[in-house]
Amino acid sequence: MARHRELGLTDHEYELIVEKLEREPNEVELAVFSLMWSEHCGYKHSRKLLKTLPTEGPKLVMGPGENAGAVSVGGGMVAAFKVESHNHPSAVEPFQGAATGVGGILRDVFAIGARPIAILDSLRFGEVADSARSRYLLEHAVAGIGHYGNSIGVATVGGELYFEGPYEQNCLVNAMCVGLIEERKLIRSAAAGVGNVIVLFGARTGRDGIGGASVLASAELGDADADKRPTVQIGDPFEEKKLLECSLALLDEGLLVALQDLGAAGLTSSSAEMAAKGEVGIDLDVRRVPLREADMEPFEIMISESQERMLCVVEPERLTEVLAVCDKWEVNATAIGQVTDGDRLRVFDDGELVGDLPVIALVDECPAYDLAPAPPAVPIYPAPRRTLPDGLDAGGTLLSLLASANLASRRWAFEQYDCIVGSRTVRRPEAADAAVLMLEHGGAIAVSIDGNGRRVAVDPYRGGVEAVLECSANLACTGAEPLGLTNCLNFGNPEKPHIAWQLTRAVAGLGDACRALGVPVVGGNVSLYNEGGGGPIYPTPVVGMVGELPDPARAGRLGFAAEGDTIALIAAGWAPAAAGSELAKLRGEAVAGELPPADLGSLRALHAAVRRGVRDGVLRSAHDIAEGGLAVALAECCLAGGIGARIDFGAPADEALLFGEGPGAFVVSGPAEALARFGAAARIIGTVGGGSLHVEAVLDVPLAELSRAHAGGLADLLH
Amino acid sequence: MRFGIVRFPGSCDEVDAQLAAERVGEAVILWHQDTDLQGVDAVIVPGGFSYGDYLRVGAIARFAPIMGEVERFARHGGLVLGICNGFQVLCEAGLLSGALLPNTSLRFVCRQVELEVVNASIPWTRACEKGERLSIPAKHTTGRYWAPDPVLDELEANDQIVLRYAPGENFNGSARDIAGVCNAAGNVLGLMPHPEHAVDVLTGSVDGLKLIGAAA
Repeated sequence: MARHRELGLTDHEYELIVEKLEREPNEVELAVFSLMWSEHCGYKHSRKLLKTLPTEGPKLVMGPGENAGAVSVGGGMVAAFKVESHNHPSAVEPFQGAATGVGGILRDVFAIGARPIAILDSLRFGEVADSARSRYLLEHAVAGIGHYGNSIGVATVGGELYFEGPYEQNCLVNAMCVGLIEERKLIRSAAAGVGNVIVLFGARTGRDGIGGASVLASAELGDADADKRPTVQIGDPFEEKKLLECSLALLDEGLLVALQDLGAAGLTSSSAEMAAKGEVGIDLDVRRVPLREADMEPFEIMISESQERMLCVVEPERLTEVLAVCDKWEVNATAIGQVTDGDRLRVFDDGELVGDLPVIALVDECPAYDLAPAPPAVPIYPAPRRTLPDGLDAGGTLLSLLASANLASRRWAFEQYDCIVGSRTVRRPEAADAAVLMLEHGGAIAVSIDGNGRRVAVDPYRGGVEAVLECSANLACTGAEPLGLTNCLNFGNPEKPHIAWQLTRAVAGLGDACRALGVPVVGGNVSLYNEGGGGPIYPTPVVGMVGELPDPARAGRLGFAAEGDTIALIAAGWAPAAAGSELAKLRGEAVAGELPPADLGSLRALHAAVRRGVRDGVLRSAHDIAEGGLAVALAECCLAGGIGARIDFGAPADEALLFGEGPGAFVVSGPAEALARFGAAARIIGTVGGGSLHVEAVLDVPLAELSRAHAGGLADLLH
Repeated sequence: MRFGIVRFPGSCDEVDAQLAAERVGEAVILWHQDTDLQGVDAVIVPGGFSYGDYLRVGAIARFAPIMGEVERFARHGGLVLGICNGFQVLCEAGLLSGALLPNTSLRFVCRQVELEVVNASIPWTRACEKGERLSIPAKHTTGRYWAPDPVLDELEANDQIVLRYAPGENFNGSARDIAGVCNAAGNVLGLMPHPEHAVDVLTGSVDGLKLIGAAA
């Protein structure tokens, strides 16, 4: 096979490269092009779609294009955040794949000068009950995330975890990081100042992760994946901890002109992007790069994805000071090149020119393809296996749902993460619908990450809308107003029309929901080609949001708080239905049907009303009704509060009301007179108290039974 | 009262310890390469990791230049508090008896735990009552306290077991439910749970202030 095809380039792309260079590329140049023009780095199939997303908002400080986006959170501070995927590495080697996913997103955030304060993760695996492989992937991915986050001292405060057949071959590991920085201290990655020195600092460069972005991340998974293990990087959180402290110390002392992390495509993409943004050229000498193995080829050095490395631009007279700070933190630092006048990325090997590349062609002229979307002619996904026993009453159905892999307590996973380091965590996992972290100036931020692939599979547009709504609703329950959104688009092979259709429709849904809620997209990541022998994954846009709330002392909780409080349903246009629900899944029903529509204008007002109720201290609990429907939401409120509830709908409760799903409703509790402010939007449905969840004429389940099903669920499925 | 908080490469909870100490006094960071305790009245060896802990946890840190001074300070009766990795370091340094082994689950666990104050008469616990319950989070992979039975007997006889996990709370498998021990003189305390993470009602509990504040 032609070398360029082995590297993932099409014949057409190769011809384009020859045209740009006005000659045939050599080995180094071809390697560099293949990575910069990979889907992972070049967004060939998604760039046009991403441009349709709204990127303006009142609190926006830094939008897409930098290492992370940033929004103002008050007190002169900004929150920097981004979500990224590490799906294929995690499918091949889950511990290191997940660990380096966390390491990579941390570097993105401290590359703009922000100190990381929170990690969230969004995970998808195959059915744990049926699959030893999925149990293995889950155990090791969770351990890998914990290993990296716990060791580096950044709190893992939230996340989500779902199990569905289509993720069996191709798991998803998305990691989000949130950091804090004074707005005036933000640093960008544009190289500047001809004659300035390029310094590589951090770990030595080895042969790990060669071709990670092209061979692994931008192709479908297949049988030969064991051979791809060398393309997975190995993480060292201790090295990154030193790198983090060293980078922030360098910035604190004002020693850097620009800073950039080395992620996918290593030195190649970091240097090319720094040069492109600064509209300058860069000369690098690969022989000056500290290596783990002496005999590495120039192209290997350029594309290695060895972890825990950063690149910075330094004025020559500051170089000694920079090296001294790195020395204090026991971090390797080496001048490997300089900023040049012009627009070439030139690669030298001990002074000999081995690659001469046009920066603009590398970064900005990667071909962008039009998708050819077409709805599937036949269903893409098989119906899940039925797991719900026959003849259950409503109480039995509720217990089955609570014990199911998707709804059982996530304690088994989140207890493996340090959620408190940093002394900011006001709401830990399972205490509220979003994590809440307090800030120095007295306010707080709330963060959440959400996505539901099965619902997007049922209806990509409405599913995409729901992902944004779900995240916003979760923030509202803590009293937080969304400031910005980051997303990770996990889809199958976009060259197939039905996947292109899913992608196009889902992005349209995301965009419409963001515009309606007034939330800008600050950046994100695209992970395509998530297919194995068993077909594509569910289309899975994952949405992460950062919101602000004025008073951490009034951060909302999800658990019922006080005996005698009134329970109300606050809803707008809520029309829960069976399609795409957890109950439909347990019944083995086809991934099909019609998701309820969402009236975005009234939902924005609804979220604002809940947010105000929480902020004013009127609502003692607030919980978004999501997977499993109203009955599961009520059970979760009881479990989190350690107290029962008596519910009377005053009319027969049908299955759609109890277990149906759809956007637009919350379970809240508080003093009866205080709930009056919500007017017709609030429907009083019961009272907090007792030792069971009692729904008049429908079910009565003791708290202990609810707890047994919910608390034991995930651990029981694992063993 | 002036606290010195040791910082190793890889320390994670040193800023948390500093913030906690500043609620009851002053606090300065002590760099691992330094050999000057800057005249502090008490030293906290914080949690997190030290030098990556690639070997046995705390095994490298005990040889840090600053630790020589901490040992000298401790042997002259100076107040020293070792939290989590700090506890492991103090055991490695021989300032405290016993060792910390991997949790029986072999997993990292982060959990709010209930502790019982067994000895309320050392400087670090004098604000507590004997038998009092403290709610303090713990988070570690290597926190199973172990010592040979004769040593455990001696610790009990000398009242050096300062904190135990309350019944049902010993998640890591520690011998005799031990969460924290002191040296014979009572000036050096090591514990696995994190009192510096229990100093603010907003983040869950203020019980840790009783320990840190008692020294002030």
